[in-house]
Amino acid sequence: MNIHEYQAKELLKSYGVPTPIGGVAYSDAQAAQVAEEIGGERWVVKAQIHAGGRGKAGGVKVVDTIEAVRKTTDSLIGTHLVTHQTGPEGSVVQRVWIEQASQIKKEYYLGLVIDRGTQRITIIASSEGGMDIEEVAKATPEKIIKEVVDPAIGLRDFQCRKVATAIGLKGKLMPQAVKLIKSLYRCLRDRDALQAEINPLAVVTLGEEEKLMVLDAKFNFDDNALYRQKAITEMRDLAEEDPKEVEASGHGLNYIALDGNIGCIVNGAGLAMASLDAITLHGGRPANFLDVGGGASPEKVTNACRIVLEDPNVKAILVNIFAGINRCDWIALGLIQACNALQIKVPLIVRLAGTNVEEGRKILAESGLKFITAENLDAAAAKAVAIVKG
Amino acid sequence: MSVFVNKNSKVIFQGFTGEHATFHAQDAMSIGTHVVGGVTPGKGGSTHLGLPVFDTVAEAVAATGADVSAVFVPPPFNADALMEAIDAGIKVVVTIADGVPIHDMIRLQRYRVGKDAILIGPNTPGIITPGECKVGIMPSHIYQKGKVGIVSRSGTLNYEATEQMLALGLGISTSVGIGGDPINGTDFVTVLKAFEADPETEIVVMIGEIGGPQEVAAARWAKENMKKPVVGFVAGLAAPPGRRMGHAGAIIASEADTASAKMDAMEALGLYVARNPAHIGQTVLRAMQEQGITP
Repeated sequence: MNIHEYQAKELLKSYGVPTPIGGVAYSDAQAAQVAEEIGGERWVVKAQIHAGGRGKAGGVKVVDTIEAVRKTTDSLIGTHLVTHQTGPEGSVVQRVWIEQASQIKKEYYLGLVIDRGTQRITIIASSEGGMDIEEVAKATPEKIIKEVVDPAIGLRDFQCRKVATAIGLKGKLMPQAVKLIKSLYRCLRDRDALQAEINPLAVVTLGEEEKLMVLDAKFNFDDNALYRQKAITEMRDLAEEDPKEVEASGHGLNYIALDGNIGCIVNGAGLAMASLDAITLHGGRPANFLDVGGGASPEKVTNACRIVLEDPNVKAILVNIFAGINRCDWIALGLIQACNALQIKVPLIVRLAGTNVEEGRKILAESGLKFITAENLDAAAAKAVAIVKG
Repeated sequence: MSVFVNKNSKVIFQGFTGEHATFHAQDAMSIGTHVVGGVTPGKGGSTHLGLPVFDTVAEAVAATGADVSAVFVPPPFNADALMEAIDAGIKVVVTIADGVPIHDMIRLQRYRVGKDAILIGPNTPGIITPGECKVGIMPSHIYQKGKVGIVSRSGTLNYEATEQMLALGLGISTSVGIGGDPINGTDFVTVLKAFEADPETEIVVMIGEIGGPQEVAAARWAKENMKKPVVGFVAGLAAPPGRRMGHAGAIIASEADTASAKMDAMEALGLYVARNPAHIGQTVLRAMQEQGITP
């Protein structure tokens, strides 16, 4: 699960991490009020959508009058902001974050990730902030600093000092960096985050003083841990998610829309991916990824059919079930229930295998409904592609 | 011999009295698995499926000499159950749960340092040595005794490959599902190592998917350390970048994560590669013929 920048900044603030003074606004009038309240002479107005690349897309503006804050907010709210991460439709801007503009001296990158190789939390830092870190890693890998945290010991001060020194945060900035990195680590671990990215982390000047500050932050949380993270769960913004994927997950289904015309209903993520591959290799185009999971009831199968058929491009449905913890008889009953309840007009190509396969095949054969059955994955994919191509 | 589990394994079930554990304990016993009891906290002293139920794994081990545990405990309590099994001296711990929080797995992997228990999973169909021992949820009837060792991230794709081989008359020495999560207790390399050492295994099938460096690392290890041939497949050719394809671990985050990049790397490292998921069985057969292994 992702959250907005303003939520990330509020979360970090609660861990004592310095962020600019700011507030969120849902209208131009509210934005003007926020700017008045936080004071100062220059403000940054930032469109709040989950996707990155907002700056280049015109979603971040620096202004120096309250009236300009109001106007900029008015021009952003309700628009579809298109960035390189949103897709061509863009994301609708529902709210903006207004903060005091900072006097930036230098920008850095700080990230915490779970490294799959070491299976541990790893700090990634760079003196090259404000840029795409993947690009930095490719062009100048020596400018990427990594530090692995032992989960039993936790992050130690000396590790933070190593990181700070390596990216050039010295003198009075070093203790600030140590405190900030430790707070970020604590936040990631306590809140079950998979990734926290601060880009840029900036040295800003406040009068005579230099201070480290988080100017932008991104978090990604572990969906599997949300049951114990009530406050994080409340930050979920369903408007940022695909409504069909949200609906599917409500039924315990994992659905991802693709752009082809063969609907897919499969159990297990691996077999689901392989089914899409088989369709593609036969020259067809899958309309979706859908994993019904384990223990799929007839109701779940019906819901899967309904969700797949909501896509008007779907010309046929490939059902590929290899039951382990599932039961083919239940899947068959679900398909019959779906055919009757949804009056399915498109051909259904069904491949059943595994637990209770004989019962499942018998139920389909005796139903009097027109299922196109297939003995194996290859035949099922071939039949589906042939039908769609007519 | 076989890998990790065999006819001498003494198996307990954690979360024994639950629906899925009950179903698969019965199925396991039907193929000859030596199930010696189970653990359900609060139900110690009762019996289930004619076997003793204990409150703790330590009691179960003391009373039965169990050395393998099938863990059917729900995700929020799963990591704790795994530590309990390891603490009690269980040698092979298999955890089925899909949805264990990743920070729990990070702590668990640290807990395992210096302990010799093998952990398989989470989010796995488990492990089966046909005719001897099943610890998991796979449909046991498609697993016939044979010479092919199979290791996969996905459960259902493991079944798919196994059935393709069955149709060609090829059986399995042991099948291991390492699980679909980003952090697995046992990785591909550990399983390849075990297959290389197992006299009953003559060829290995490795089935991976998009995301993470494991498949290529394992292929590199195989090239440097294995005499037995390895057949590889990676699912997710049609997967779009940046989207998590069901499994928490299956996401294309960089170019190296794609299915084609991984299969290209496998091929370059000398593995037999099935480019089509429907051709895994026939690729294994071809590899066996070329290597002079009688099917």
